[in-house]
Amino acid sequence: MVNLQVNIGNLRLKTPVMTASGTFGYGLEFQDFVPLDQLGGIIVKGTTLHPREGNDYPRMAETPSGMLNCVGLQNKGVDYFCEHIYPQIKDIDTNMIVNVSGSSPDDYAECAARIDALDRIPAIELNISCPNVKDGGMAFGVTCAGAESVVRAVRKAYHKTLIVKLSPNVTNICDIARACEAEGADSVSLINTLMGMAIDIEKRRTVLSINTGGLSGPAVKPVALRMVWQVARAVKIPVVGLGGIMNARDAIEFLMAGATAIEIGTANFIDPAVTMKVRDGISDWLDQHGCHSVQEIIGCLED
Amino acid sequence: MKKYILDLTVRSVEHVHERYVLIRLTDDKPLPEMRPGQFVEVRVDDSPTTFLRRPISINFVDREQNELWLLVAAVGDGTRRLAALKEGTTLNCVLPLGNGWSQASDLHPLLVGGGVGVAPLLYLGAELKAQGIEPTFLLGARSAKDLLMLDEFRKYGRVLVTTEDGSEGERGFVTNHSILQQETFGHIYTCGPTPMMKAVAGFSRKAGVSCEVSLENMMACGVGACLCCVEKTTEGNLCVCKEGPVFNVNRLLW
Repeated sequence: MVNLQVNIGNLRLKTPVMTASGTFGYGLEFQDFVPLDQLGGIIVKGTTLHPREGNDYPRMAETPSGMLNCVGLQNKGVDYFCEHIYPQIKDIDTNMIVNVSGSSPDDYAECAARIDALDRIPAIELNISCPNVKDGGMAFGVTCAGAESVVRAVRKAYHKTLIVKLSPNVTNICDIARACEAEGADSVSLINTLMGMAIDIEKRRTVLSINTGGLSGPAVKPVALRMVWQVARAVKIPVVGLGGIMNARDAIEFLMAGATAIEIGTANFIDPAVTMKVRDGISDWLDQHGCHSVQEIIGCLED
Repeated sequence: MKKYILDLTVRSVEHVHERYVLIRLTDDKPLPEMRPGQFVEVRVDDSPTTFLRRPISINFVDREQNELWLLVAAVGDGTRRLAALKEGTTLNCVLPLGNGWSQASDLHPLLVGGGVGVAPLLYLGAELKAQGIEPTFLLGARSAKDLLMLDEFRKYGRVLVTTEDGSEGERGFVTNHSILQQETFGHIYTCGPTPMMKAVAGFSRKAGVSCEVSLENMMACGVGACLCCVEKTTEGNLCVCKEGPVFNVNRLLW
């Protein structure tokens, strides 16, 4: 029996397989396909202090081996989450993690403080990397000073495990990761989507309503893997890897690159049951290679 | 309604038109419960340019033959790949998705379809007939050759037709058909190109008849998780895949 348990700060994960924000709803949408309590964690949709309608349709464009989206953080706000959604998900026996976004450090901190009060939410993932909103989001994630200001404000207001989700749309992601670590982040997750674009040549228009969007799917995997490898060597806090993971082999690559856990995102759209296949595939691989614990392969790359 | 991921077996692929195929799928076990107006997300294998599943409306469920019918317009790489499926191969399907048409409450309903949008009206018409309601189908197309599955529709109710070139039925659009002046219907169900559905919705408002439309915004997840396929409604942006695809026109900002 292979031990798949990993820890992120004080957070104990049954398996390193979590689901990425914005791709798995609140978990409930997938309960017919996946035994939710067997996931390492579920990172629920981006939540903001105030409700957001998001961007206009079209919000999605299919691209080679991936997709662009510009949803723009549509959500009903943190109070709605606490009152209406939390009661539905609080008894799911896994780490229910809320992805938090905002348009100012105070916004982020206030939203995080309200979630801090929820007993069954053991962690938040701070989204300083959304490429699809004008006011905030990625604006904080592309400079060290911006990242510091948000993490500092949230760290004061939030007392449980704090994961910061990083943008790949930066010159040096390691600098941003170190800035988050210095301000007290317990972990960093990466990568959020890469900014991209698609054009409808018959209409001579961009496909997405706001012209640009975030690219996800297997197309981004090599970029994500490289960044996870770099960041894992740059910080001491655990790294959560994501970006185009479609199967167990992809997940094992991220673990070997130094990720303590991984998130599965866009792959949920292609196979709603993919998370359990990835978990089982990791377990089988470890078993076949004589490993007793997933810990043995985290950051195991040979020089 | 419980959702499933199933590898269904292709029993036949019938080219009902130069651009449309009727795919009949089956399974060893009885097919799950499905409602008219719901849809299936099918995985397209072996198409390098197709990454996401394709949402296809449920055309018909034949319980005797244990068959699910999908009427597919081969318009892009993914759907052309579906049109080339071979008998005996499998098609990976997530189903049933979406809300479906509301339960029948009216004894004189009108079902208005255009193009491949006629697809979900067949199963709806069959279910209405099974409940003792005689539906009227009003089906529109460019030309006689573009009218799809008329013989199937005739099994379940009266079929009226319009063509833009007048090659069959009355000339013009569905909203020009004389039946709309001659009879009063209690409820309208419609699916087809957006301009057609908007015209039907406009007629329903003027006539004071309740009306449901089935939308087909571009989707990714199909289960209400990614929020890509939203439609603006009186309640804000709603997912067509989960809160729809069927909406009462009163909820839309049309």
